[in-house]
Amino acid sequence: MTGEGLYLDGVTVVFDGFRALNTLSLLVAPGELRAVIGPNGAGKTTMMDVITGKTRPVSGIARFDGHDLTRMEESVIANLGIGRKFQKPTVFDALTVFENLELALKAPRGPVACLRWRLSGAARSAIERTAEQVGLAERASDPAGRLSHGQRQWLEIGMLLMQDPKLVLVDEPVAGMTDHETAETARLLVGIAGERSVVVVEHDLDFVRALGCRVTVLHEGTMLSEGSIDHVQADPRVVEVYLGR
Amino acid sequence: MRRFLLPGIVALLALLPLLNLLPEGHPIRVSDFVVSVAGKWLCYAILALALDLAWGYAGILSLGHGAFFALGGYAIGMHLMRLIGPRGTYGHPVLPDFMVFLGYQELPWFWWGFGHFPFALLMALLVPGLLAFAVGYLAFRSRITGVYLSIITQAMTYALMLAFFRNDMGFGGNNGFTDFKELVGMPLNTPFARSVLYFAALAALVGCFLLSAAMTRTKFGRVLAAIRDAESRVRFLGYDTLRHKLFVFVLSAMMAGLAGALYVPLVGIINPGEFSPANSIEAVVWVAFGGRGTLVGAVLGAFSVNALKTWLTSFAPDLWLIVLGVLFIAVPLLMPRGLVGMLRR
Repeated sequence: MTGEGLYLDGVTVVFDGFRALNTLSLLVAPGELRAVIGPNGAGKTTMMDVITGKTRPVSGIARFDGHDLTRMEESVIANLGIGRKFQKPTVFDALTVFENLELALKAPRGPVACLRWRLSGAARSAIERTAEQVGLAERASDPAGRLSHGQRQWLEIGMLLMQDPKLVLVDEPVAGMTDHETAETARLLVGIAGERSVVVVEHDLDFVRALGCRVTVLHEGTMLSEGSIDHVQADPRVVEVYLGR
Repeated sequence: MRRFLLPGIVALLALLPLLNLLPEGHPIRVSDFVVSVAGKWLCYAILALALDLAWGYAGILSLGHGAFFALGGYAIGMHLMRLIGPRGTYGHPVLPDFMVFLGYQELPWFWWGFGHFPFALLMALLVPGLLAFAVGYLAFRSRITGVYLSIITQAMTYALMLAFFRNDMGFGGNNGFTDFKELVGMPLNTPFARSVLYFAALAALVGCFLLSAAMTRTKFGRVLAAIRDAESRVRFLGYDTLRHKLFVFVLSAMMAGLAGALYVPLVGIINPGEFSPANSIEAVVWVAFGGRGTLVGAVLGAFSVNALKTWLTSFAPDLWLIVLGVLFIAVPLLMPRGLVGMLRR
């Protein structure tokens, strides 16, 4: 694993005088799995927006593997290897799980290239590996429309993985999932990390505990506490603003 | 069983003109009328196939595909007019009758080249293709989709109809083109010519079907289906959806143009009525009735709805537009997946 990972330092974002992020600093090492928690309005989504280039900070540094994220277009950042999964899964219902993953696979994207596209052995095994990874190997030839809510989320994560990102941002992946699906998702994300960095934004503390990773607590746009889940849950400031309520 | 269904249908259709050659009064002889009607339906089936590619696969609901069909028809019609030569009523060696009547001194520049069959055939494909490229590029680039796109395509065919009605457009105005004499050295209005044109239409239908089937089975076909269901998500995956939509829309328009080019020698007339918005809507009803996004459904829909139309108009022609309207509303409500969807269930 090369590169320096994700590096945010003193990032401030202001919307109409409201400080959505206030000198936020965050360091995510290559291959690290990190959970980010915090009450509503703490700046979790704004942080993701800064990393993916959707929002520009007024001050501070945001770098990924040495590239200045504050100066790049969204598509350029995506091509750097930063993938983001939004809350609402959008998979192509009419296509099978395999075909969904195939569309996401890195390959020339033009109409003629798509007409001439032949599935190589390497591409097939990459798709099958990802289907396996997200727990959908047995559903590979089923239409995505027949998947459960949880499975659709996994397929969406799988489509993200097909683009071979170095950093995966996952926004509230277990909202609306059953307990079993939640546990499976935790296992899936732990499995993805290592090859790449994963940042998970989540409300569900049991899920965050299952991730077994370092936790960052955000509050009013800045980092309040950081450490293991036991450490942050014992932090009196965290208890006061978030956990105690 | 299903593997033999399509070749079986093609074999049956191929048999029709042969049965027409049997002597009059033979029990299984097929009449001239049936052959010419079936030939028309073959052309309609190609138009339906073209529409299914754009609508059924890419979600581009064109309510103006009749315009591409008519332009293809006009291109071949211009060739047929040029072939009449001095045999027209006015006997002018170069100018078609309507031009003499309107006082033209020489052939307008946009008629040049139409004396040659390959050129006319090329134009029957290129002109619809270019129009689709221009309209599609402007609409897709502005991200116009859904009902707004349908309205634009409908307006396109209506505007063309009004333009072609005008005498000074140089396309025969109201009357269009008719009284064709021959095509590629073959006198028209003979049983032989009818069979040749019929087989040409059948071959084109089979060719367009195989091409469409092969295309929709590639990754391109899957990208189209993905665009139909969630275009912004496809863009988010890094696909330039404008290029994919434009590609299929232009190809579809060219296929519709080919259908029109085959249609006009068969029916022996083309006039601005072919641009009528109702024609385009009828084509949409064929595809919806047969089952969109299936290709087979488009062909079955074209045949079955036209069979209904032919039967109905033989005794109650005024009813047809009402039935068409009812179908337009009832089919999506009652059989959203069409005939094919019902048969597969």
